[in-house]
Amino acid sequence: MTAARVSPSRRRFSGAGRRVAPYVFIAPFVVLFLAFLVAPIVIAVVNSLFATRSSGLGFGGSETVFAGVDNYVVAFADSDFLTSFGRVLLFGIVQVPVMMMIAAGLALMFDSALVRGRRFFQFAVFLPYAVPGVIAALLWGFLYQPSVSPIVQGLRAIGLDADFLAPGTVLWSIANVATWSVTGINMIILFAALQTVPREMYEAARLDGAGELRIALGVKLPMIAPAILLTTLSSVIGTLQLFNEPQVMQTVTSNISSDYTPNMAIYAASTLAKNPNLASAMAVILGVATLIVSVIILRINNRATRTATDGLH
Amino acid sequence: MVFTEQLPLNAPPTKPTAPRRTAFRDGDRVSRGWMTVVTVVMVIAAAYFLIPVLWLVIASTKSTGQLFSTPGFALADFRLFENLAALSTYDGGIFWRWGLNTIIYSVIGSAFTTLVCAATGYALAVYRFRGRQTLLAVILASMLIPGTVIAQPTYVLLVSLGLNNTYWGMLLPALVYPFGVLLCYIYAQSSVPMELVEAARLDGAGEFRIFASLGMRLMANGLVTVLLFAFLGSWNSYILPLLVLTDQELMPLTVGLTGWSQSSISIPGLQILTVVGSLVSVIPIAIVFVSLQRFWQSGLTAGGIRG
Repeated sequence: MTAARVSPSRRRFSGAGRRVAPYVFIAPFVVLFLAFLVAPIVIAVVNSLFATRSSGLGFGGSETVFAGVDNYVVAFADSDFLTSFGRVLLFGIVQVPVMMMIAAGLALMFDSALVRGRRFFQFAVFLPYAVPGVIAALLWGFLYQPSVSPIVQGLRAIGLDADFLAPGTVLWSIANVATWSVTGINMIILFAALQTVPREMYEAARLDGAGELRIALGVKLPMIAPAILLTTLSSVIGTLQLFNEPQVMQTVTSNISSDYTPNMAIYAASTLAKNPNLASAMAVILGVATLIVSVIILRINNRATRTATDGLH
Repeated sequence: MVFTEQLPLNAPPTKPTAPRRTAFRDGDRVSRGWMTVVTVVMVIAAAYFLIPVLWLVIASTKSTGQLFSTPGFALADFRLFENLAALSTYDGGIFWRWGLNTIIYSVIGSAFTTLVCAATGYALAVYRFRGRQTLLAVILASMLIPGTVIAQPTYVLLVSLGLNNTYWGMLLPALVYPFGVLLCYIYAQSSVPMELVEAARLDGAGEFRIFASLGMRLMANGLVTVLLFAFLGSWNSYILPLLVLTDQELMPLTVGLTGWSQSSISIPGLQILTVVGSLVSVIPIAIVFVSLQRFWQSGLTAGGIRG
């Protein structure tokens, strides 16, 4: 009797709990998301529309006035800021494909039966990813300095005078640090994707007499296209945000200006120039630019997929 | 996007087994040729990725003078322990303070991040509620917004909240990890069967208990992956602490060490301390990450980053 009376009420209670529970579970994330992702974006947009002007006769007072698009005009008129965009685009066009080719090539080799000591070599390729990007930049900074670098010393010994920190080469020296750092994780992601492809997929091609290289490039790579897209996309986004490596390597060369990349320009406007409004406008521009590039990549990918499927019919 | 559902989560990482051996049915000559090529490539790759780390280890054993006067890969006087002692005492042992801060930011931050992601992902997978589709769409879209772009406005926000130069200012923004939520959602979908949830309900378990004792346990493999990536994110974090923290006592290793690197232009002794400090800061994360590779690698596979 008692049990029969308790049970429905409990069920009714748990039914109510079931309706409320999901909101309780998502509440922390939603609150934090609004506070630390949405609010900063709103702040950036609002701040970018205002300017701080010192008022009066040097009494130290300043007032915040609505400035409309003035900050954006200033940002777009700043040729160094625009150059920094060109620089990271150039960087991305070269570094991302090179890095992806190395990562994909290594992943394909690891997926084949051809590698002896696979665990060791995978460890070697992946290890740099466990080195914080900033530390990697410090480390390579030493390897680029002629006074310490065994690489420069070694090249000099065979008669080559290499300068990794010259105005023309420093961008590619930074690209090398980035490649060294992130190839491992991209290789692992692509390798993990390759491992999920059923082996039978290759058997047909093998029976048709296709060689290992043909199978690797013609069958395996297309099978992991989504993983390649994902890693490429995040690499491109990462490239546009380039900050840590050049910021740290400023210590070892004077050829990296304080606004060498868009993110460095934002940082400089915020800290050196003490103009948070201009920095906000620059951040909005960079955010929108990143979004545009991401959408373009996704579009290109969609078209490529569609063409590929059309070809089958 | 590219995330497939219904993947075996508890499957161990696949290893190439018997079927692979059949790869070279048409003769060993071809494969032997390829094997030589691949081996050469592997050795070159290993050299490229390992040599800088090797240099760091060797350089850590030298004195400041020898760092500049001896060849890079040649061993000189073994002064590693003197260097470590100097590292520990410099500026009142500030290095270890930075190390402690990094551990606080990474361990506490990643634990809470994972909990927040797990609860959200679980709710999205197990319940049908109003706003679910919107939340999913917002999470997907927000993955395209890189953290560094909002670092500067986050800094402005933290200043207005009075949270700059506090532990809170470093910990709270790191808790927002949309990619982690997405991964947890996928893991929960594939590893928490609704029948089990219903059975637990019939047994009279409350919704929170079901999540804490059943959901979390079933999602464990995936949660390790989220935990590790959140941990690594905090451990590597640089631009936000650089903006937010001016108090030396609160800085993480990344900001502290780069500060030393900048000062070493005028204080020569700091150069070797930067080298040794870098080595010390790399070792723990390398051990953690590489020893848990089996877990997070299968987590990545299960995360459905595949066709």
